[in-house]
Amino acid sequence: MTRRRVVITGIEVIAPGGIGKEKFWNLLSEGRTATRGITFFDPTPFRSRVAAEIDFDPYAHGLTAQEVRRLDRTAQFAVVASRGAVADSGIELGGIDPHRIGVTVGSAVGATMSLDEEYRAVSDGGRLDLVDHTYAVPHLYNHMVPSSFASEVAWAVGAEGPSTVVSTGCTSGLDSVGYAVELVREGSADVVIAGSSDAPISPITMACFDAIKATTPRHDDPQSASRPFDGTRNGFVLGEGTAFFVLEELESARMRGAHIYAEIAGYATRSNAYHMTGLRPDGLEMSEAIDTALGEARMNPETIDYINAHGSGTKQNDRHETAAFKRSLGDHAYRTPVSSIKSMVGHSLGAIGSIEIAASALAMEYDLVPPTANLTTSDPECDLDYVPVIAREQLVDAVLTVGSGFGGFQSAMVLASPERNLL
Amino acid sequence: MTASVVVTGLGVASPNGLGVKDYWSATLGGKNGIGRITRFDPSSYPARLAGEIPGFVAEDHLPSRILPQTDRVTRLALVATDWALKDAGADPAQMSEFDMGVITASAAGGFEFGQGELQSLWGRGSQYVSAYQSFAWFYAVNSGQISIRNGMKGPAGVVVSEGAGGLDAVAHARRQIRKGTSLIVTGAVDASICPWGWVAQLSTGKLSTSDEPARAYLPFDRDCRGYVPGEGGAILITEDADAARARGARSYGEIAGHGSTMDPRPGSGREPGLRKAIELALADAGADPGDIDVVFADGAGDPEPDRTEAEAITAVFGARAVPVTVPKTMTGRLYSGAAPLDLAAAFLAIRDGVIPPTVHVDPCPDHLLDLVLDQPRPAPVRSALVLARGSGGFNSAMVVRAAR
Repeated sequence: MTRRRVVITGIEVIAPGGIGKEKFWNLLSEGRTATRGITFFDPTPFRSRVAAEIDFDPYAHGLTAQEVRRLDRTAQFAVVASRGAVADSGIELGGIDPHRIGVTVGSAVGATMSLDEEYRAVSDGGRLDLVDHTYAVPHLYNHMVPSSFASEVAWAVGAEGPSTVVSTGCTSGLDSVGYAVELVREGSADVVIAGSSDAPISPITMACFDAIKATTPRHDDPQSASRPFDGTRNGFVLGEGTAFFVLEELESARMRGAHIYAEIAGYATRSNAYHMTGLRPDGLEMSEAIDTALGEARMNPETIDYINAHGSGTKQNDRHETAAFKRSLGDHAYRTPVSSIKSMVGHSLGAIGSIEIAASALAMEYDLVPPTANLTTSDPECDLDYVPVIAREQLVDAVLTVGSGFGGFQSAMVLASPERNLL
Repeated sequence: MTASVVVTGLGVASPNGLGVKDYWSATLGGKNGIGRITRFDPSSYPARLAGEIPGFVAEDHLPSRILPQTDRVTRLALVATDWALKDAGADPAQMSEFDMGVITASAAGGFEFGQGELQSLWGRGSQYVSAYQSFAWFYAVNSGQISIRNGMKGPAGVVVSEGAGGLDAVAHARRQIRKGTSLIVTGAVDASICPWGWVAQLSTGKLSTSDEPARAYLPFDRDCRGYVPGEGGAILITEDADAARARGARSYGEIAGHGSTMDPRPGSGREPGLRKAIELALADAGADPGDIDVVFADGAGDPEPDRTEAEAITAVFGARAVPVTVPKTMTGRLYSGAAPLDLAAAFLAIRDGVIPPTVHVDPCPDHLLDLVLDQPRPAPVRSALVLARGSGGFNSAMVVRAAR
């Protein structure tokens, strides 16, 4: 029996810089940045005071007053984007057995904004150990358990197949889609609405990243604060957002004449088993994930046209993944454009992996490699071609996208044209 | 492609017993792990009972450097993993590091740790927030810490589907083993018995407000009145059957089938998804309803979901056609930890030829179930079906059976 192959037929993105995949792609292709001084709360007490925020009006995107009240911002993003992805794919979900439609939602930190806010209320500003239940909102439990996001997406699109949240920290956005691919391949679903969402820009998140100096303190010029692979980089810029996809089995997508953005040809995740936040410089485990993903895609490393990097802009990360690319791709790593869109949209934790899959698929769609903005100072430890500042027109038929996160998780995914030659 | 996946080790942290031996003898003996909350003063709250794990001293089991960076949920998970590996006779140091993975479920992460840091933030100031907050509370913490402690670099994963997640994690582990990894640590432990977690759980309106430990959580009872939350769960060592055999490991049995569904959106009038999940799990296992010797029910403890579950079981098996049990009547509902604990009980039932009881319940005659009440029921058990549901419409079903 030939293996079922899985393709992306619908995409929607909500990212800093604009709502919708067209605005998202315009931002990337023009190399603009969407980082700014934090406006969601007074950032004065914090070490890091920049973020990539989204100007999002849920009512303008079809959410009802009750949904806005019930759903954390993360879930609002997910519901709007999952509907958008379905619309983009042109698929008639109503014509499919709902048990054959699955949902996977990646999220690293769940309903953090709501939890932060609601805790403040029930604890009377941190004064009460025995927090007061009479001040709790009725849907507080949905904020405690982010599985509620998968329910909301499933109910929004009418899915009744396997549904879950995948929460592997900052690789959640890749792992959620990877999980969905496995559901389709094994035959547990024919269609999966897959993606991820995070909206972490809240005081508790800023405080915890301050404590480990993971985020940049560069407030003087917020638009240039996110500097992956740059010699002066000193931490990431927190972001928020979502991307959702319609994933289908290749043959049925072809039969209905769907537009196919890309095949998700290979995926793997590995652990460094080393440290919850630290990385060894050798990139061994990420390289293992890349090798496995390429093997699953039945592709040679030399066929990769573009590497969409994790590129968070921390000292250790950018060095770590540069080493992983060299380990897996050998000399081809030096010939392959590598870029980090976090330079423009920041690091939205569990969401960014899916947003980067969207960027990778759109790079294939438009044969354009998005740039690494703000990359102006070289770093001898980062000596690959990071496509500084300006996007590059070139054929893009196969993309490697990677993620690295707390917990030690390293994930890799290969997107390719379904017409490619298989090994 | 469809290699057999077996369970070779169990590690249990349950309100009525720490470790497999204590848990199993307590469960067969009908020992109740539900009691008045001791970890904080519950007097001011409308619900005051929980399934707390007594007598767990993390310092006795874990190095001191681990303690400041871990929530109780992670300490329990790390220790349960140690026990499960020991039970499996597996020494990670002797195995290939990329050939071992960790896939757990979580419902709420390290919620108590989160309360402490939120209190630091809002009560004292942002500079007082711990560096460990960046990972100690989040949902991926158990998989990350287990992989680090045991040097496991293979496939990682964390699934969150509330109470159904524990089965989904085990199914995902099986998937990775079928793709070529020899051993995966899986299962789940949840623990959120802290004031902040309690207030969040109270918001569901589903917690039992009874103060009588033996009358508070009564699934399928005529007087069912909500549920009692508990803490704990189980960690399972899953392995490729051939790899386990090659290293001479003993097997509790096989993960034979899994199915999961999402309920239709509320108000749709469509049938809930549990029956479909059961049918999918049976089909995946290549089993007929008549092959199943016992069903470990989800047992929500509220009239409507109890009715839904009883109807799903009856629709597949017929009226009173298969023994049904809810040993979680002795522990409370452990969220994502509940189903892995039921898997452990199912494997022990297979091993010992005995079905653990449902306690405290006076069954509502409307449910056409053969509930195993009060006393364990001796019976040959070759195959068992474990059901788990999660708040928000998640349904998951898993068939396990004796090793071939």
